[in-house]
Amino acid sequence: MCIKKGISAAIAFARYDQNIMGEEVKLFRTWSSPFALRIVWALRIKGIEYQTVFEDISNKSPSLLQYNPVHRKVPVLLHNGRPIAESLVILEYIDETWKQAPLLPVDPHERAMARFWAKFGDDKVLGSIWSVFIKQGKEQEEAMVPAMENLKFLEEELKGKKFFGGETIGFVDLALGWLANLIGLLEEIVGLKVVDGEKLPLLSAWMQEFGDAPIIKDNWPARDGMILKFQALRDATFAAASK
Amino acid sequence: MADEIVLLSTWPSMFGNRVRVALAEKGLKYEYKEEDLWNKSPLLLMMNPVHKKIPVLIHNGKPISESMIIVEYIDEVWNHKSPLLPTDPYQRAQARFWADYVDKKLYDIGKKIIWSTKGEQETGKKELIECLKLLEGELGDNPYFGGENFGFVDVSLVTFSCWFHTYESYGNFSIETECPKLVAWTKRCLEKESVSSSLADPHKIHDFASGVRKRLGIE
Repeated sequence: MCIKKGISAAIAFARYDQNIMGEEVKLFRTWSSPFALRIVWALRIKGIEYQTVFEDISNKSPSLLQYNPVHRKVPVLLHNGRPIAESLVILEYIDETWKQAPLLPVDPHERAMARFWAKFGDDKVLGSIWSVFIKQGKEQEEAMVPAMENLKFLEEELKGKKFFGGETIGFVDLALGWLANLIGLLEEIVGLKVVDGEKLPLLSAWMQEFGDAPIIKDNWPARDGMILKFQALRDATFAAASK
Repeated sequence: MADEIVLLSTWPSMFGNRVRVALAEKGLKYEYKEEDLWNKSPLLLMMNPVHKKIPVLIHNGKPISESMIIVEYIDEVWNHKSPLLPTDPYQRAQARFWADYVDKKLYDIGKKIIWSTKGEQETGKKELIECLKLLEGELGDNPYFGGENFGFVDVSLVTFSCWFHTYESYGNFSIETECPKLVAWTKRCLEKESVSSSLADPHKIHDFASGVRKRLGIE
């Protein structure tokens, strides 16, 4: 109870501090981008007030192109007029700028491990799950092998922990959070179980725990929209492959 | 108690050499173990079971993998000298952004030039020039990407410089002609002992690349 009060007080102070300083925090995102969601979660966890600018990827705004000329992607965080791009870079910036509810641990080796797992998620897990999703038949079976291997590493990492961050949601949870939403959706579309509660009990439990956390639960993109979007992406990939 | 530092790497690796540069910047003594990537050691497989790749830094028995994550770890632990990241959060974000850009682009583009077919080579060459010109723009008139001092982004990019001669040879172009300021920056970095003692000789890299091409049946 004391900890909760402390966090509430810290959040209230941060809001007060922001209003006095006239800090402007803007997040450029799309309604569905899992990378942008990481930033929404981080800002909410830290109790930071911000404005959202929704982008249409097929018609990017001049602002987005000005603030992220290198990659031209979302998310972009604008803080007092200065842009930061790349979601994991933005998360570190948020953690260093607003010290309440820290996302990264204090110990340098633990910090390095957190960065490692976040990068593993982006470099390997995402691509391997996507491969399973966009393939069929024998190719899909073969794609399941590296995907399962990757998920088993995550399972191992959760041993003795409720979240990747330990007792509370941290950097790695936010980085891997897309799993908690997307896996269920993709499994429904494809009709294939990827995260089996028996084979990956800790990961299954984490997906539930993370997905049910109030800040996370309130911010998932609309389910119907997501199903339509990913079904369309899958169909388009098959169409392109058969040409 | 003295720190025990071990680095598992290979001499031509631009990723492994980043760690060597960082360790040298901090004046740290360490044990270097050369890995044979065609026959990985049990130690490497145990210390990096996820990727089975170099470099791996082992500090007092604890492993850290992924080169720029290792560099950041070194910077955080040995923060008494030669800071590689700035103190301001916005500048730190910019440094991380550009190091990430180097990571996302340079190696894969370089591969197109060295290990691919003629068509892909031309594409690779164009992409490399575009990439290096963007980085040159980011450098501007500063002596280093870190501003007045050699820093995080400098570490991420400088280790590719000993591969430039190989890219030029297989791509048939001159990086100095395309990006003179960037090449001037590489020469400035090489004046630093930490860099010159950590980078491989460009001609040895070329021989190495030629050997790998033969092994892969490209040459």
